Amino acid sequence: MSGAGIHGLMAEFKAPADLVRAAREVHAAGYRKVDAYTPYPMEEVLDALHLHRTRVPLVVLTGGLLGLAAGWALAYWISVIEFPMNIGGRPYNAWPAFVVPAFETTVLFAALAAVFGMLALNGFPQPYHPVFNVPAFATASRDRFFICIESGDPKFDRAATRDFLKALGPTAVEEVPE
Amino acid sequence: MASTARVEHPPAEPPLVGPGHTFASVGDKISSIVLTTRTPLGWFLGFGVAFSMFVMLLATISYLVLKGIGIWGNNIPVAWGFDIINFVWWIGIGHAGTLISAILLLLRQRWRTSINRFAEAMTLFAVACAALFPIFHMGRPWVGAYWLLPYPNTMRVWPNFRSPLIWDVFAVSTYATVSALFWFVGLIPDLATLRDRAQSRAARVVYGMLAMGWRGSARHWSNYETAYLLLAALSTPLVLSVHSVVSFDFAAAQVPGWHATIFPPYFVAGAIYAGFAMVLTLAIPLRKLYGLEDFITMRHIENMAKVMLATSLVVAYGYLTEAFMAWYSGSPYERFMMWNRMTGPLSWSYWMLILCNVVVINTLWVKRLRTNVPYLFLVSLVVSVGMWLERFVIIVTSLHRDFLPSSWGTYRGTPFDYSMFLGTIGLFLTLFFLFIRFLPAISIFEMRTILPGAKLDEEKA
Repeated sequence: MSGAGIHGLMAEFKAPADLVRAAREVHAAGYRKVDAYTPYPMEEVLDALHLHRTRVPLVVLTGGLLGLAAGWALAYWISVIEFPMNIGGRPYNAWPAFVVPAFETTVLFAALAAVFGMLALNGFPQPYHPVFNVPAFATASRDRFFICIESGDPKFDRAATRDFLKALGPTAVEEVPE
Repeated sequence: MASTARVEHPPAEPPLVGPGHTFASVGDKISSIVLTTRTPLGWFLGFGVAFSMFVMLLATISYLVLKGIGIWGNNIPVAWGFDIINFVWWIGIGHAGTLISAILLLLRQRWRTSINRFAEAMTLFAVACAALFPIFHMGRPWVGAYWLLPYPNTMRVWPNFRSPLIWDVFAVSTYATVSALFWFVGLIPDLATLRDRAQSRAARVVYGMLAMGWRGSARHWSNYETAYLLLAALSTPLVLSVHSVVSFDFAAAQVPGWHATIFPPYFVAGAIYAGFAMVLTLAIPLRKLYGLEDFITMRHIENMAKVMLATSLVVAYGYLTEAFMAWYSGSPYERFMMWNRMTGPLSWSYWMLILCNVVVINTLWVKRLRTNVPYLFLVSLVVSVGMWLERFVIIVTSLHRDFLPSSWGTYRGTPFDYSMFLGTIGLFLTLFFLFIRFLPAISIFEMRTILPGAKLDEEKA
């Protein structure tokens, strides 16, 4: 392991197009433990790094179904079992009336699942991450584009990977301390 | 060949961002409003006025809780007065935020980008103001909580799920929660920008904690964008459901003037109409005060005016249908209700409503008036008044003359009704002033995506 003690190697780019091109070459060179850092979402980078698989939709679907079941069960349990009220002889199980609260809880649970699922899948809140050790990284939320090959990648080699990144034409390549 | 082909292209749309902006300048400009040490004098003036009105709200509520809701003007037969008028008014205003952030996102209307953040904030604050009215209509809310929320209480009494009022509780509380989530998720990447740009340690720590460690990772963006899109897809039916459910509160009753099937679509259109008016009311001074004309361009202002005009036509159609159905139903009570609305003791409110929502708004067909910013600001205020009158007409004129002449009455708001209403405007503006001071009022990361520099020219790369 030639990458001991460091998180990885990070290359900095000025233009979004340069990052996309670099991301394609990094992926083509066989690196897989790679991450790109951009100040706004870039579809092309996700394409280049093949990062389109996300489990968020599954989490949202689960949340929505749970919400539907919970809302319906609440309305049914209260109206039919726990507190039946005879109002003009209308049926206790007035299912059309349960559609509205059940719809609202479906949306509520699905939205909560979307937000907290997304945060959990991203590992937030995350008080510490090594990439922040690079001083120039403060511009990642402004106007600079970064790509980082992590030392855990089997193809990672401190010297060879640095040379490879340098050949992609970045403005700088830096080691990311652990 | 190329030069002749160009003639056939439609004229290019004006850009969504002023010329000369880069990824850095957009973020710097928007975050400087928050991170600056020099707050403009206008902010202090506005905040001072808003906060005084908010204090008036606190005083009114204290007195209300002390004395009971007898200090309000509503009584039998007009059992719903200012409280429900203001509730529906505020909820309606809240609709534009979600419409802009969710529906326009799904429809790929990229001009929404510079107005969605503060429209979402406006939604949250409007819903908070709205919620105060039904809560304090209970008199002592901590006693009446079992009417609203299904929770196990010692009396083993539960809400009636066959009543639209409990649907309303579910709809409005879900709407408030989902709007807050949507707003916060949109803020996360911008909070990271603020964290990285803040000079003071306190700001770095607070924004850093709120950003939760956001670093713009592609893996995170992938989850983030999916979650954001799904939230938009969930909010879209939600926003339509909320005002529909609010309208059920009326439509499910048998009072002439309330019992109408047109209510859900008519209420939803009215909500979008009122909401866009409030967005304009806030956006026009905001862009002036902070010099944001590069981001909230004339194209944005004009688009909002057009949405307002289009929804006003749906609302006018609603008024027409109400009048037509009153006649066509053949019911003497319905016919009397409409006649009383137009010629009865409160007919001034009906004709003022027609003036505000049908006459004045249609001047926006003229492009010169539509693009005249002070005039548009005035129209947006007129629309807010008109939408308040609409709810006044629906609620008060329907209730004060119902089936039995022996139960007829009249209605007048008391000074406490007015101070509570003005007080919620104070609360709304106080929250809004704090928001523009401490959080980015325009979405920085979304603004970056619509910059010309964000378009990847594959040939050049």
